[in-house]
Amino acid sequence: MIALDAKIPDGPLPEKWERHRGRLKLVSPGHKRKYHVIIVGTGLAGASAAASLAELGYNVSVFCLHDSPRRAHSIAAQGGINAAKNYANDSDNIFRLFYDTIKGGDYRSREANVFRLAQVSAAIIDQCAAQGVPFARDYGGMLVTRSFGGAQVSRTFYARGQTGQQLLLGAYGALMRQVKAGRAKIFPRREMVDLVVTEGRAGGIVVRNLVTGTLESYAGDAVVLATGGYANVFFLSTNALGSNVSAIWRAHQRGALFANPAFTQIHPTCIPHSGDFQAKLVLMSESLRNDGRVWVPRQPGDKRVPNEIPEAERSYFLEERYPRFGNLVPRDVASRNAKAVIDRGLGVGQTGVAVYLDFAEALAREGRQVITERYGNLFDMYSKITAEDPYQTPMRIYPAPHYTMGGLWVDYNLMTTIRGLFAIGEANFSDHGANRLGASALMQGLADGYFVLPYTLGGYLAEVAPAALVTTGPDFAAAIAHAEGRLGKLAALRGQRPPQDFHRELGKLLWNNCGMSRNETGLREALGRIPELRAAFWRDAGVPGTSAGCNQVLERAGRVSDYLEFAELMVLDALERKESCGGHFREESQTDEGEALRDDANFCYVAAWEHKGMGRTPVLHRERLAFESLLLSQRSYK
Amino acid sequence: MKLTLRVWRQKDSRDRGHFETYAVADVIPEMSFLEMLDKLNEDLVRRGEDAIAFDSDCREGICGTCCIAVNGRAHGRQHGGTICELRMRVFRDGETITVEPFRARPFPVVRDLMIDRSILDTIIQAGGYVSVNTGAAPDANTIPVTKDDAERAMDAAQCIGCGACVAACPNAAAMLFTSAKIGHFAALPQGRVEWRYRVLEMVEAMERAGFGNCSNHGECQAACPKEIKLTNIAQMNRQFIFSSVFTKRGSAEAS
Repeated sequence: MIALDAKIPDGPLPEKWERHRGRLKLVSPGHKRKYHVIIVGTGLAGASAAASLAELGYNVSVFCLHDSPRRAHSIAAQGGINAAKNYANDSDNIFRLFYDTIKGGDYRSREANVFRLAQVSAAIIDQCAAQGVPFARDYGGMLVTRSFGGAQVSRTFYARGQTGQQLLLGAYGALMRQVKAGRAKIFPRREMVDLVVTEGRAGGIVVRNLVTGTLESYAGDAVVLATGGYANVFFLSTNALGSNVSAIWRAHQRGALFANPAFTQIHPTCIPHSGDFQAKLVLMSESLRNDGRVWVPRQPGDKRVPNEIPEAERSYFLEERYPRFGNLVPRDVASRNAKAVIDRGLGVGQTGVAVYLDFAEALAREGRQVITERYGNLFDMYSKITAEDPYQTPMRIYPAPHYTMGGLWVDYNLMTTIRGLFAIGEANFSDHGANRLGASALMQGLADGYFVLPYTLGGYLAEVAPAALVTTGPDFAAAIAHAEGRLGKLAALRGQRPPQDFHRELGKLLWNNCGMSRNETGLREALGRIPELRAAFWRDAGVPGTSAGCNQVLERAGRVSDYLEFAELMVLDALERKESCGGHFREESQTDEGEALRDDANFCYVAAWEHKGMGRTPVLHRERLAFESLLLSQRSYK
Repeated sequence: MKLTLRVWRQKDSRDRGHFETYAVADVIPEMSFLEMLDKLNEDLVRRGEDAIAFDSDCREGICGTCCIAVNGRAHGRQHGGTICELRMRVFRDGETITVEPFRARPFPVVRDLMIDRSILDTIIQAGGYVSVNTGAAPDANTIPVTKDDAERAMDAAQCIGCGACVAACPNAAAMLFTSAKIGHFAALPQGRVEWRYRVLEMVEAMERAGFGNCSNHGECQAACPKEIKLTNIAQMNRQFIFSSVFTKRGSAEAS
């Protein structure tokens, strides 16, 4: 039986982090170079952690799928990063950011973690500005902010529509500086295929070299997973093609508990799906909802071009239903409302599965130049894909899977239930509850990497002696043998169907039965069909070529096979949580007005799942959530 | 649409490589170029043949992973876009298209359309950063940055590191890539502190890596998916000359 101890420090909420930092054991400067830290993933969390730990003097080895650590999908984040700076003088403070995040997450996250996140948020902006991140400025040379969903203040800092890119390049630059200094080493084009656990401690990883096809082992004193989220389980999502669940799924199979896998975020403003050929969906930043107005025609089947539909015959459904927050309600609320109007037959465009996002009023108010400055690259991107000009006609948008709040369970130190294995950024579950607010993923990734892990990892290392770094022990041999067996089985698949065929089928099943709204019948149906699909995969999938050398179909097959296993846990979690909260909308649990209805008496917990072997039911452990500073209340954005 | 593709196939970096011809049917105008390749690959897998290896990730023009030249042009014939953003609507039914990796000696082919651009990281390692440790930063508004400077920095900082500039350049120069990073930091007070060392170190790393020199063809700017300007190269050259004369070497960073 695993006892979940979140290790939340004592004392009043605002003092917990400071007290904890004061008590964490230290590793002396000369001693740090004796420790080796393995970091998997080079997004915002991984790159910032790697750079910061190397600056402190640890030896850091960094692994990524890409040819360069500058390419992880954090780079695609568009709109911005939150911080409680109150530069806008609109009465923002740490408590408000904390409150908005907890409320936005529908009271399913840990108070202590979220408060710490809000506390370190301001330092992130300072750090990034010092690195030369070209944030937007006003004419006086000061930083400007804009508003994002779920907040009534303006606390989102941005660099045009490429905030993630600029923040990631800042962290990547810091990491490159450490490579030059000899304290960090990069291992590109490597995919983690197993975690090595020695005497209950994470002791290393096994990776596949994606160029030579060989398996390589690396030992370290601690392993940090910064491998992102699993929204690609839906096949079509806004994630990069390479984003996958495999690393955290393998860690889960090796003993790390997986928390809240059903908590997935469906982002309201994406370019709609247009055919089965599509490899992914493209996001249009939430920042667009600062100036864009969401609407559909009042009459079902109104086929007039949008500009010919008069004001009186348009329904600005978010503004009408939520006058206080208007178009800037949180993502889960905006997505569900878009689905609702489309289900009523009010959808627009060729497929009827879209709503309008209209800039006509903002263009008239602000002028084209201002709108171009704010969103120019997003408008260009939209017109490249759709061949329509958003300056002339409203954008068509529809919700799409975008982010996953669930992930490996971690304690306050960001350590998983395997000693020495840490999870940071989207790969962990900790800060966003059942729904993440816009511009908070960049904040969390960098908070974990720059300002939390460098301290808490030190606290762990101070208590363990430096490892011998041998990769010849029986645990490594077993992990390699396991990986070889799995790869051999995949490479031997000689069926007719490409692996992505199964991925597409799984994605459709999950989108329909475990997507924006979920019910018991649909979830049970999915639970029945996933094992059938998995069996079909191992019977009918085809992987030409061998596991020697570069073989992208083999890589894809490996990730798809992991999704086919993971999906079952995700659906099981959704079935088990009979309440609605945030992005997890159970049709059986809604208010009279159709909003998500929580059941705090029975479900105010983190669901942490323990793997018991394939084909055996995982065990649910509950971490009760206690709220000291906030009263649990029904979320309202009206 | 039906298309004929001539695709570069190469087993690994030692293989000589050759063009192979494929017919692709049912191409839809809304497809991206890479989705068209996905479709061809699915057909190949169904026939039990090796899929065409190519790099891509974000598929929305920002990660810089894709590196395909179409009919001899890096990222195909378009202004300000990567190959993953190019839609099939720009091609005609029945057209024959030549598909190959970015060609430049410093970018060896890994397999088929995949290349190794890790050499670009070594240029950034030489000085593509501000030397500030985590935790050492003052409040972000302590140093004002004029709006014009912030915009100029952002224009240059948009570089996605795809290497199209190198592939398009007859000399395989990486001057647009290198100067974009230098130009980004040159526009900001935070970056100006180290500019003299940065330009020397980065230019030297660029030359060590085997890239050619600029002879003002301007092909790089035309191919750049982020429309980075040649003026960055001019600025880098000015900085380099000044710094070569007036800066004592070997003092870049002690730590």
